[in-house]
Amino acid sequence: MNLEESKSRIILNEYVVANTNATDYPGGFSCEEPWSHKKFQKNFRIEIVRYNKTEMEFDLIGVHAAIANAFRRVILSEVPSMAIEKVKIFNNTTLLQDEVLAHRLGLIPLKADPRLFEYKAEADAEPTEQDTLEFELKIKCTWNGNAPKDATHPDDLYRNHNVYTKHLKWIPIGGQADIYNAEQVGPVFEDILLNKLRPGHELDLRLLAVKGIGKDHAKFSPVATASYRLLPEITLTKDVEGELAERLQSCFSPGVIGLEDNGHGKKRAKVKDARYDSCSRNVFRYEDLKDSVKMARVKDHYIFSVESVGALPPDVLFVEAIKVLKKKCMTFLEELNEAAAEK
Amino acid sequence: MRLAELAGDEAFGEKSRTFVFQDEGHTLGNALRCIIVRYPEVMFCGYTVPHPAEAKMHFRIQTNGPRAVDILRRGLEDLAKVCDHTTTVFQEKMTAFKATSTS
Repeated sequence: MNLEESKSRIILNEYVVANTNATDYPGGFSCEEPWSHKKFQKNFRIEIVRYNKTEMEFDLIGVHAAIANAFRRVILSEVPSMAIEKVKIFNNTTLLQDEVLAHRLGLIPLKADPRLFEYKAEADAEPTEQDTLEFELKIKCTWNGNAPKDATHPDDLYRNHNVYTKHLKWIPIGGQADIYNAEQVGPVFEDILLNKLRPGHELDLRLLAVKGIGKDHAKFSPVATASYRLLPEITLTKDVEGELAERLQSCFSPGVIGLEDNGHGKKRAKVKDARYDSCSRNVFRYEDLKDSVKMARVKDHYIFSVESVGALPPDVLFVEAIKVLKKKCMTFLEELNEAAAEK
Repeated sequence: MRLAELAGDEAFGEKSRTFVFQDEGHTLGNALRCIIVRYPEVMFCGYTVPHPAEAKMHFRIQTNGPRAVDILRRGLEDLAKVCDHTTTVFQEKMTAFKATSTS
């Protein structure tokens, strides 16, 4: 392993993942390179790989793990979203206990854009149109009078025996009806099963949704998950042919190793695309293959993936996360300035 | 105020300080540390969350000359600049990606 490699790659060996430590601190190999914003700007790159309304994948290249991790942590627990926080129960004769039902309702993802709302000043304060969304859930299960005599299926026997998110009715507070419509603030999916009823069971609830962050409760987290992995790098150190090549292929995730004709009617293995390899290191189980492969991961190449819950698209969430991190810096800078001015 | 100083370093001038960040944790601590530790003037920089049940983060800076407060200020400014640059690049790439994928 040469110096350059030890700076930039994590090496996956049979029994150990080597060289995982950072080197860009004083005393490390890169100590001659102090922090410089210019250098960061030169090395930093982003490549968008996949994007749709709820999910995206992009490459974050040339950053330190601590920075990439800060973005990830902020998305998970400090980017706000709206969720049901208070449930007023007027009647609940269903089998689900009040507190279990309330918890279940809290987890419903809402479409409302948190950027258009304020945090509630105090938990007990009167709800206002700037900080709260109100919903109503009124439903009663009855016998279906028109059911055929020999019916056994609940769908035929009862009316309203399944409670879905589509049964939530939005009740605008103040002037909210002029700004939003029910489509913009309601649940992300209309077919989330909330409860099952039988004839005579009844629900009469008022739900209050507020703005919050994942640090307070996971229901406020705007993402299903946000994660990153390092870019895998696989190199074949010698030619692998025939049966060995096929066995090599089967050691990696599908699509990672390709087979090509070596010109003598035999198959030769080559690395097609290491990106989506699971880095299982299965090759090292074969004595006759273990010397022909070198597995590594690129230290500063993060494959970042963000899966939104549905309120905001994933790219907006990432930008919001950066804003939150920057705001932290600005808050403390201001405090430092104030303290300096006082002296 | 969410930022305070831990007592005990006054006798040794302003070169070393432990700052206490209220309501912060590893998110800011580690990100800030990884920038400040790379300043040539900094002899030591580290952070700790002394107790998981207390929302506090202790951030220690020791330098070979400049005031620790100034180093902290520079670190926060640099981290803010990293955030700005990331946003710019990300939005640029995102616009380009959306333009090519819809056409």
